[in-house]
Amino acid sequence: MSGTFVGMPAFPVAAHEAVNNQTLRGNLRHATHTIRAKRAKAVAEVSDWAELREAGKETKDHTLRHLDRYLVQLEESVVAAGGTVHWAADADEANRIVADLVKATGESEVVKVKSMATQEIGLNEALEAEGIHAYETDLAELIVQLGKDRPSHILVPAIHRNRGEIREIFAREMSEWGRPAPEGLTDSPAELAEAARLHLREKFLRAKVGISGANFMVAETGTLVVVESEGNGRMCLTLPETLISVVGIEKIVPTWRDLEVYLQTLPRSSTAERMNPYTSTWTGTTDGDGPQNFHLVLLDNGRTDTLADEVGRQALRCIRCSACLNVCPVYERAGGHAYGSVYPGPIGAILSPQLRGTQSEIDASLPYASSLCGACYEVCPVAIDIPEVLVHLRERIAQGGPVTRDGSKVVLQPAKGHAAERAAMRAARWAFSHPGALRTGQRLASRTRRFHPRTLPGPGKAWSDTRDLPAVPAEPFRDWWQRTHGGKDAK
Amino acid sequence: MSSRERILGRVRRALADVPRDDTPYEQALERRYLTEHGERSVEQRVDLLAENLADYRAVVHRCPEGELGTVISGLLAERNSASVLVPPGLDEAWLAATEVPRVTDRADSTPHDLDRVTSVVTACAVAIAETGTIVLDGGPDQGRRRITLVPDHHICVVRVPDQVVASVPQALERLDPARPLTWISGPSATSDIELDRVEGVHGPRTLEVILVT
Repeated sequence: MSGTFVGMPAFPVAAHEAVNNQTLRGNLRHATHTIRAKRAKAVAEVSDWAELREAGKETKDHTLRHLDRYLVQLEESVVAAGGTVHWAADADEANRIVADLVKATGESEVVKVKSMATQEIGLNEALEAEGIHAYETDLAELIVQLGKDRPSHILVPAIHRNRGEIREIFAREMSEWGRPAPEGLTDSPAELAEAARLHLREKFLRAKVGISGANFMVAETGTLVVVESEGNGRMCLTLPETLISVVGIEKIVPTWRDLEVYLQTLPRSSTAERMNPYTSTWTGTTDGDGPQNFHLVLLDNGRTDTLADEVGRQALRCIRCSACLNVCPVYERAGGHAYGSVYPGPIGAILSPQLRGTQSEIDASLPYASSLCGACYEVCPVAIDIPEVLVHLRERIAQGGPVTRDGSKVVLQPAKGHAAERAAMRAARWAFSHPGALRTGQRLASRTRRFHPRTLPGPGKAWSDTRDLPAVPAEPFRDWWQRTHGGKDAK
Repeated sequence: MSSRERILGRVRRALADVPRDDTPYEQALERRYLTEHGERSVEQRVDLLAENLADYRAVVHRCPEGELGTVISGLLAERNSASVLVPPGLDEAWLAATEVPRVTDRADSTPHDLDRVTSVVTACAVAIAETGTIVLDGGPDQGRRRITLVPDHHICVVRVPDQVVASVPQALERLDPARPLTWISGPSATSDIELDRVEGVHGPRTLEVILVT
C-alpha cells in the first residue's frame, strides 16, 4: 500500500540515501537512458514537433485563462450526456464523495485505472478506512501495491524495481490479495506479466465499480479520454456497472479537435511510441455499452492556488508525460522516492510545492532539487519553463511574499535557514546598484586572488564542501572591456 | 457555499490579473502544425498503415473482398478457435466459410461468458496510417467495447482505401465524440518490467488486421 508522504525528510537527505543504493541507480540509469533515446527518435518522426508543442501550450494557456467558463461548459456537456458531476475543493472532500458513491452501490471492492489524481489525494487509503478495497490494475501499480511500496515515476511507477525483486514480490504477496502466483514463477518479464494477467482477470470479471482519472476532458462535448497500454484501463472503463472518474480541473481542453495535438505529443513524449496501444474515449453513458452510471469528480486540491501564481500557473499545463523525469540528471541519480510526493522529478519539484504549499521541510526543499540545466524545459511537450518556476519558487521560499492558500491571500514568511543567502543577495543588490563600490571590490578581488581560500569559512562552509569555488579572473571584465576598447584590440 | 461555487470563485479571483479577452477560441489559437506528414499516394498510405501495424506487432493480411470469408476461416482454424464472437451487424459473408461455433454478445452476457470465447471478428470505423492505429466506434459491425477486450484473439477488418486516413487530425474529423471510441495500436502491451516489451497483459494477445480491397 502506498504510504503517505507527509513527514518525509527534505530532498537532500532523502536523495543522499538514494544515491548510495547501487541497485536503484543501475535500474534508473538503464530505464531513463532507454526511454530518452527512444523518445528522441519518436519525436524526430514528426517534422512539425515545434508547432505541435506551441499549439499544445497555447491551448492549455487559453483554457487556464478562461477556466471558469470551460468548467461550467464541461459540466453541462457531461450532464447532458448522462453523467453526474461532483466538485471537490480538497482531497478530503474528493475521498468522501468517492467513498459515498461506492457505498451507495453496496460494493466493498473497486478496480482502479492508474491515476495520478487519486494517488495525490490518497484515495486508496481513504477507501480502506471505510472498508473498501481498491485494487490497482496497472502492472507497475500492482507491483507497487503488492510491495507495500510507493510509486517512483509518473509513467513507470515501479521503475526502481528489477525483475528479480518483482518475482519476489509476486511470489510472496499475490496470495494475500487473490489468486496466488503460479508455482515455479521465474523472473522472465513474460511470465511475470502472465502472472499479473491471471491474478487481475478474476478481479476485472467480477468488478461492479471502476475508478479512473482522465488524461483529457473535452469541454465542448463532455468527452473523457484515457490513454494506456495494457488494456487494464479498458477493463475498468467498460466492464463495471458504475464508473467514477476523479480528474483535476486543469485537464480540460476546449474542443474535440484539440485532441489532435495531444494524441500526437503525449504518446511520443511519454512512452516514445507513435501511439500507445489503447486509447478510450467516452461521453457520459452509452445505452447497453459500458457503465450505466458515470460520475465525474472535479478536483481542485491546490490547483486554484497554483492558478493564482502568475509565474507558477504554467505548471498546470502539464499533461503528465514524464519526459522531464527521464532527461533530468538529478532524477536519474536520486530516483522518484526522494521527492516525497506523487509527482517526482522536475515537474514534481514545481507542482508539489504549489499544490501543497511550502510549509513542510520536504516541500520547501523541492525547488532546490535541480541543477537548473534546462533539459526538462527542452523536452516538455507543452513548453513549461520549469527552471523559471524553480527559481521563482526558490525566491518565494528564501524571501517570503504573497501567495494564495486555500483560496485566500496570505503572506509567506522567509524560510528559516536562508539567512546567509538573503544577506548575500542583499549585499549583491547593493553592490550592483553602486557601480563604484562594485568596481573597487572586483579589482580588490582580482589582486588578492592568490590568497583566496579553497573553501568558504563560516556559514558558507557547507556550500563549498560539495562544490569548487569559482576562480576569480586576473582582471575584472569591465577593466578588460575598457582596456581593449570593447574587445576590438583584444587578441 | 457549495464546493462548486467555492472552486469557481477561486478560479475567478486567481485570474484577476488576466485581462478580459473574448476572442473566439478558434481565432485565438493559430494551428500551424500539419494535418498530414509527407505526401503519399493512396497505395502508399495503405502500405504505411500495414508497415506501422506490423511494427507494433499486429499481424497484417491483405485480400480482395471475395476472399475475406476464406481468410477469416483460415485464421480461426490456425488458432484452433473453439468459438468466435460476432457483433450483431457484421457482414454474414465474412463468417460464411467457417465452422467455428458463433457466440452473439447479448445484453445479459456476463464478462465471464466472454472470457470463455477464443476469438472475435469486427470491422472498424477508421484506420490511421501514420500511427498504425485502428479505431472502433461501437457501430453494429464492431459491437460493444468489451467484446474486443476480453477474448485473447482479435481479427479486425479494414476496408482499404476508404477507411484509411493519413493522420490523427484526419481521423478525429471523421469520428463522432458522442460514441464510445477505442483506439487500438497493436496488441495489449506493457513495458513495466525493466522496459522489456511484453504483449498481452490484459487485452487480446494477438491482433490480426485484414486489409480488404
